[in-house]
Amino acid sequence: MTTETQDTATENTAKEDTVLSIAGLRKYFPVRNAWKRRIGWLKAVDDISLEVRRGEVLGIVGESGCGKSTLGKTLMGIHPPSGGQIVFEGNDITNMKPGASRGLRSSLQYSYQDPGASLDPRWKIGRSLHEPLEIHTQLSREERDKRVRSILKSVGLPEGHLDHYPHEISGGQQRRVGLARILTLHPSVIILDEPTSGLDVSVQATILNLFSDLRQEFNLTYLFISHDLSVVRMICDRIAVMYLGKIVEIGDTETVFSNPRHPYTQSLLAAVPIIGGRRVTDNFWLQGEPPNPGDLPSGCRFRTRCPNVRPECADKEPELRSDWEGQEVACPYAE
Amino acid sequence: MISNLLRVHDLRVSFATEAGIAHVLDRVDFTIAKGEIVGLVGESGCGKTTLARTILGVLPENSARIDSGVVEFEGENLLDKPSEELSDKIRGRAITFIPQDPFSSFNPVFTIGTQIMELMKWKSPARDDPYYANSASRFWNGYPSTRYEADKGRVLELLREVQLPEPEAILAKYPHEVSGGQRQRLMIAMALLPEPKMIIADEPTTALDVTIQAQILHLLRTLARERDVAVLFTTHDLGTTYEICDRVTVMYAGQEMETAPSDGFFNTPSHPYTRDLLQSLPSREHGIKGIPGDIPALISPPGGCRFHPRCTAASERCSVERPDHTQISERHNVRCFHPVAHKSVGAAS
Ligand SMILES: Nc1ncnc2c1ncn2[C@@H]1O[C@H](COP(=O)(O)OP(=O)(O)OP(=O)(O)O)[C@@H](O)[C@H]1O
Ligand SMILES: Nc1ncnc2c1ncn2[C@@H]1O[C@H](COP(=O)(O)OP(=O)(O)OP(=O)(O)O)[C@@H](O)[C@H]1O
Ligand SMILES: [Mg+2]
Ligand SMILES: [Mg+2]
Repeated sequence: MTTETQDTATENTAKEDTVLSIAGLRKYFPVRNAWKRRIGWLKAVDDISLEVRRGEVLGIVGESGCGKSTLGKTLMGIHPPSGGQIVFEGNDITNMKPGASRGLRSSLQYSYQDPGASLDPRWKIGRSLHEPLEIHTQLSREERDKRVRSILKSVGLPEGHLDHYPHEISGGQQRRVGLARILTLHPSVIILDEPTSGLDVSVQATILNLFSDLRQEFNLTYLFISHDLSVVRMICDRIAVMYLGKIVEIGDTETVFSNPRHPYTQSLLAAVPIIGGRRVTDNFWLQGEPPNPGDLPSGCRFRTRCPNVRPECADKEPELRSDWEGQEVACPYAE
Repeated sequence: MISNLLRVHDLRVSFATEAGIAHVLDRVDFTIAKGEIVGLVGESGCGKTTLARTILGVLPENSARIDSGVVEFEGENLLDKPSEELSDKIRGRAITFIPQDPFSSFNPVFTIGTQIMELMKWKSPARDDPYYANSASRFWNGYPSTRYEADKGRVLELLREVQLPEPEAILAKYPHEVSGGQRQRLMIAMALLPEPKMIIADEPTTALDVTIQAQILHLLRTLARERDVAVLFTTHDLGTTYEICDRVTVMYAGQEMETAPSDGFFNTPSHPYTRDLLQSLPSREHGIKGIPGDIPALISPPGGCRFHPRCTAASERCSVERPDHTQISERHNVRCFHPVAHKSVGAAS
């Protein structure tokens, strides 16, 4: 792909290896009372800035409800952003509707966390897989058929499944069909929302290998949202750790895993179960309940659960500090 | 001798599909005792959800058929029970279910609070309490208001126990307005509310991050220990299995292969399939590798032991005859003619 033709490009595209650039992105949902009156905002994504490099796998991790899916859906145009800018392949797509500019949108894809969501229950699997190709490509029926069969094989499903309805296949099989549906379009950036959850290790291995083959073949870029930290560690080049709508730490995967500096990242990594090791449930506890995202603490959002909290933490929201090689941390006391 | 709360024996279940009859469960034996946590593990499509649904009596009526077997709960065969009795006393009361797909389990047009209170109206343990039945309280839509208030208090308390912040606010939301993991925790809370004797948890923590998962697993374990609740826990995640299960049953293509106490399962797996499954765990040293070969189509499954086409130890006999149980040690048995000799396999490195 070339970026030369984009004369209207914004500053962000100056770096040609940046495929997706996000600046100050916000998504706020209204919080309503019992009479449907708005009484505040839930800041699901709050001032996130990121540069995604071409060909990289960027992991996004963080507690349930911290805004990972909302970030993915906002990038994809499923939710209109409340603020900020999204530049994809040099084009500002911030307020573009998913229907607009099909070519561009087909090269940015989001795979739903919910395996059933992308499949129409009334359609056989075969039809669900043909449909995106009919909409987005000029392929003939035979070519489409060929592509559908080959992608089905790559996700480890027998051809017989083309004639099944979604309710006739298992949860893990539905998830693979959902992934197949997206992969047929050969997008350049894929936002994968929990792509391996509900898959057993052996299918997971097949799928992860498929991701890395496709990445090599088509120079794909992945945003990999997952809570499975062992998978994240294995396949991501960089990871971003989110806490209540903000990125608290971002950096090279190995650096972050071997030397997490934000107190939240530290407690997150301590909770990974290890077969044969200590049982996490016996001795692990991240102190305190997560705060209500509709009513955040002042200053640092993590301070109510932070083991190293100081009085000053309530005053000012910490910024990401880039004081280390390959690692940025939003805590003034991290070392 | 530990007495069984649930005993499944010789269960066969098939589905009619356009492509033919899929023989999904094949002569499955399975037991669970009071207060015990049993993990049911196996690759995608091996029949975990089908077994869970058979126990609950919620197989799709027009396509599923139970070809043989019994499902005994507290000594009574559930498969013979009239459906009214099942839905009134067993399903959702004595046995509750945490479905694999929390997304499709809520009705999109009602708030979460409305749906949970509707569940409580019918399934709350307080429903049998004569105090509420006879109390001269006002009735609202058949739901005595004193019981409503008491149930609501219990709901809020439980939502806090599953780590949901601001339970009141969550109850006012619609299903699409909460995150994947929040929805999953709501389903878990709903399975706990009727105070069941057994919970069937079908991959209950797939959408949860490790910290919340650790708390939920802890909660399930505490319930099992303190209130003697049995938990059937289906999962593909062996790390979770290790964390929480007393015993593990591994299933392949609709046949259960091996049942062992958790430590035996991970340290001395006896079925070649169990061994291969453990070795396919992703690790940084070995990267990711699957088991060579494909999972069979269940419309024309291999005869005998269904794993034989992919098994390195398979012999002629394996393709014609399904092995019976062989006892390895107390509570550890395997259905294999050529079990793995022990002391060689380390579960995790
Ligand atoms: N459409 C919506 N309306 C109102 N609130 C929403 C909506 N979608 C999400 N939220 C809220 O925004 C927050 C972030 O949700 P999101 O789905 O992005 O979390 P997540 O990080 O993907 O979590 P999980 O790991 O559980 O999937 C949550 O508190 C959720 O309840
Ligand atoms: N209603 C149905 N009609 C036809 N076939 C079905 C039906 N439900 C399940 N099956 C088939 O039965 C097999 C077992 O499905 P089941 O959902 O029990 O698997 P599972 O072990 O729960 O898998 P997963 O880990 O992916 O959830 C699958 O091959 C599936 O295609
Ligand atoms: Mg999510
Ligand atoms: Mg299942």
